Amino acid sequence: VTQTVQPEAPQAIVAADIQKAERADRIVGIVQRQGALAVLVVVVLIASVTWENFRSFDNAATILVAAAPPMLIALGMTFVIITGGIDLSVGSLYVLGGVVAAYASQWGLIAAFVAPLLVCGAIGVLNGVLIAYTRMAPFIVTLAALLGARGLMRAISSEGSNTYLVENDAFRSFGTGRFLGVGYQVWLVAVLVVIGMVVLARTRFGRAVYAVGGSEDAASLMGVAVRRTKIWVYVLSGLLAGLAGAINAAKLGSGVTVLGTGMELDAIAAVVIGGTLLTGGAGTIAGTIAGVLLLGVIQNMINQVGNVQSSYQQVISGAFLAVVVVAQTYLNKFRRVT
Amino acid sequence: MSSEAVASTRPAIDMARVKAWLPKYGVYAAILLLVLYNIFFTPNFLTWSNLRIQLIQVAPIVIVALGMALVIGTEGIDLSVGSVMALAAALIPLYLGYGVIAAILVSLIAGLVVGLVNGTLVARIGLQPIVATLALFVGGRGLALVISDGQLKPIRNEDFIYLGSGDLFGLPVLVWIAAVLVLIVAFIVRSTVFGRRLLAIGGNRKSAELAGLPVKRVLITVYVVCSVLASIAGILAVARIQSSDASAVGLLIELSAITAVVVGGTPLTGGKVRVLGTVAGALLMQLVVATMIKHNLQPSTTEMVQAVIILIAVYVARERKTR
Repeated sequence: VTQTVQPEAPQAIVAADIQKAERADRIVGIVQRQGALAVLVVVVLIASVTWENFRSFDNAATILVAAAPPMLIALGMTFVIITGGIDLSVGSLYVLGGVVAAYASQWGLIAAFVAPLLVCGAIGVLNGVLIAYTRMAPFIVTLAALLGARGLMRAISSEGSNTYLVENDAFRSFGTGRFLGVGYQVWLVAVLVVIGMVVLARTRFGRAVYAVGGSEDAASLMGVAVRRTKIWVYVLSGLLAGLAGAINAAKLGSGVTVLGTGMELDAIAAVVIGGTLLTGGAGTIAGTIAGVLLLGVIQNMINQVGNVQSSYQQVISGAFLAVVVVAQTYLNKFRRVT
Repeated sequence: MSSEAVASTRPAIDMARVKAWLPKYGVYAAILLLVLYNIFFTPNFLTWSNLRIQLIQVAPIVIVALGMALVIGTEGIDLSVGSVMALAAALIPLYLGYGVIAAILVSLIAGLVVGLVNGTLVARIGLQPIVATLALFVGGRGLALVISDGQLKPIRNEDFIYLGSGDLFGLPVLVWIAAVLVLIVAFIVRSTVFGRRLLAIGGNRKSAELAGLPVKRVLITVYVVCSVLASIAGILAVARIQSSDASAVGLLIELSAITAVVVGGTPLTGGKVRVLGTVAGALLMQLVVATMIKHNLQPSTTEMVQAVIILIAVYVARERKTR
């Protein structure tokens, strides 16, 4: 008797529960993916209302120009992190790229772009090969590359004392010139970011990147070229870091040797704030854009206030990072439970 | 025929033995080689003043690396140690007016709080150690700069400076402190329940949990110990240079500490902590830098050589990993 009465009611409840859980899951997913964007919108709104100077077009252009090099680095880092790796060498490669670009600018505009790409790309190849073929931890390999690249940068700049000036007018004007009121570098970065989004979302390589990050064993059983994918993401990361350095050198008009400390960690922070999981297998470039811009806007706001020390920016960035990753983890747990 | 077989297998056996031997004793062998080289080819190497400088320079790195070794033993990493040093350094001049002990206590408490935050984020919330400690790496130094107004502050308290520049039984106080800390940490790892639990958690967290070990409590304690050790290093750094500069103290020390631990043969995969190896790792890197400086090689070359040493050390250690 009991058997015939029970089945109907629980099934209906379960169905309703599943529906509710699915809806909650979708909302949590959206918050996780677009959380950084939402925070960015709120922060920009607050800042626009508070400071007259903030909502000017010039200020927006300034934020974008300042965010251009970090955006490139974070773009490469997004690919690396989605494969479950990490690239600590990008800060050093950024500086190295700048110094090489300034030095090579004496041979013309093309050399100023190609030379840093070659040098930093080569170090990226080294990172990728070591990580893919020796199974050493990405953390350690790229840590060594951080040291090695910094050593190389100092070696070619007389121990960091020699600041090469950009001799090429075309390269210099690339750094200072504007198109439609926004610096050239912003346009270049925008194009590369769009290409990156297409590559990650719409190509075989992009799918391989997600597959490797999700489960290396499963990916290799499915026929994904795990090693080749890994090597490529580190090459990509190296190339983009070198290009970021070149852009910065063009803007500053010299290869400054003292920048870039902690740049890799800023990039990681931006990627993580953008909702990419450090465990690999998930993440979007759209989120990374929001993460980079968020950090840039915070910096700009602190400049607006004026009398506040710039060190507050670090405190706020750190706090942001902590809040975002904690929220992410809880959202993740919630998703897994429901 | 049998002799042929023996002859052909012999080198293979030797290679296996070398592979087993290298990660364990490679650091010590490398130190021995470097010391011998220096004795013969570096003028004024075996002078007391030179050895003294080397020991004083390596002491803070050793102290930070001890904590890092414990964290790495749990399969974690702590990027915030440099920021903790800066935080401790920034607090010293503020509280020195209340006495040396008060100032030191406040700095240690700051380290303890940072460690609690790191540990809670890792153990209770379940963040990856690299992200959890990244937050305080970024925020911690900012906070230190805010506290110190971004200014370099000279320290003139004689008692406090004694910690960094004084002597005890012919050796710098700094070195004594580092040595005592090494012994304490070695004892903790080898002979205490806490040490055993730490290694068990690093070896396999799941089974440690299933075996009923207080995993979260141990993890939090490990991060607290690491941060407190870092703040000790920060206090000593201020006492040595006789000024507090939050923007410079402990900069990039997380890299030196991780290097020392890794070169010393502690695997990044957790479950094993080599305390003496870590000390040797720090000494080796210090000796490499000193040797190259003495032979007029540029810092750039030194950095590249360091990079190669790290790679070799990790590559060698990797061979033994069977998992």
